[in-house]
Amino acid sequence: MIEVSTDWYLTLAAILFSIGFIGMMIRKNALIMFMCIELMLNSVNLTFITASRHFGTIEGQISVFFVLVVAAAEVVVGLAIIVSIFKKQSSASVDWLRASRG
Amino acid sequence: MLDIVLFAVPAGLVILGALIVIFAKNPVHNAMGLVLTLASLAIIYITLNATFVAMVQMLVYAGAVMTLFLFVIMMIGVDKPEQTREEIKGQTFLVSGALLILGGIVSYVVIKSGLKWDLWFPAVDYTLEGTPDLIAGSLFTEWILPFEIISILLIVATAAAIALAYDTKPRKKL
Repeated sequence: MIEVSTDWYLTLAAILFSIGFIGMMIRKNALIMFMCIELMLNSVNLTFITASRHFGTIEGQISVFFVLVVAAAEVVVGLAIIVSIFKKQSSASVDWLRASRG
Repeated sequence: MLDIVLFAVPAGLVILGALIVIFAKNPVHNAMGLVLTLASLAIIYITLNATFVAMVQMLVYAGAVMTLFLFVIMMIGVDKPEQTREEIKGQTFLVSGALLILGGIVSYVVIKSGLKWDLWFPAVDYTLEGTPDLIAGSLFTEWILPFEIISILLIVATAAAIALAYDTKPRKKL
């Protein structure tokens, strides 16, 4: 009888993180890159909840709440930045950004 | 058997949604792939006995954050083709190198332990149900200071978003 163990969830989290990382590297649209950051944050959340079940403590699920709030704040600020960039150059591609070059 | 099905089907949907996120060309499709991933993750959270977190995941991520994403996609338009020319020299090469390292580490761990990751601490044998009751009891006593700091962070983020997106230039009269 095979049992769904902690390892399976950790493997899924590793795969999800890797996919998010790949997307972050190969896409040039700032919006898609934000979605990939969300993927990576969610894989970390999955790890937290898996650890919460593994150790039988509630702290893992509380950490997920903090990650959730930080992710929401990050999305709000990041999308505002994307909108203001788009107003300037009418494209959301990160490679055309020269504004922050020193 | 039911356990395995309840893990495998949402896990497959998670990976499918993630692949849609990184490979679809239309930004709306990417956003829908992200919704698929987040909703399937909520199912996985339920199988991990984190029911309240699963509900919050559905409300905050699949509800609020995705709506925000779709609003921005609506504002900046979806009809512009993505730039494909490489601005950074050797970007693909560097990404493949990073992927090789990442894949090497994962396959090393898997081969060495045969998918039994050597967790140093044994699992407990009782099941912990992540009810609102239990979470609030810990969040509002032990973790009250981070909780209050988070509220400051949210206010700062809201003010920053308004300051960034606010149009200071005078508009032409129509």
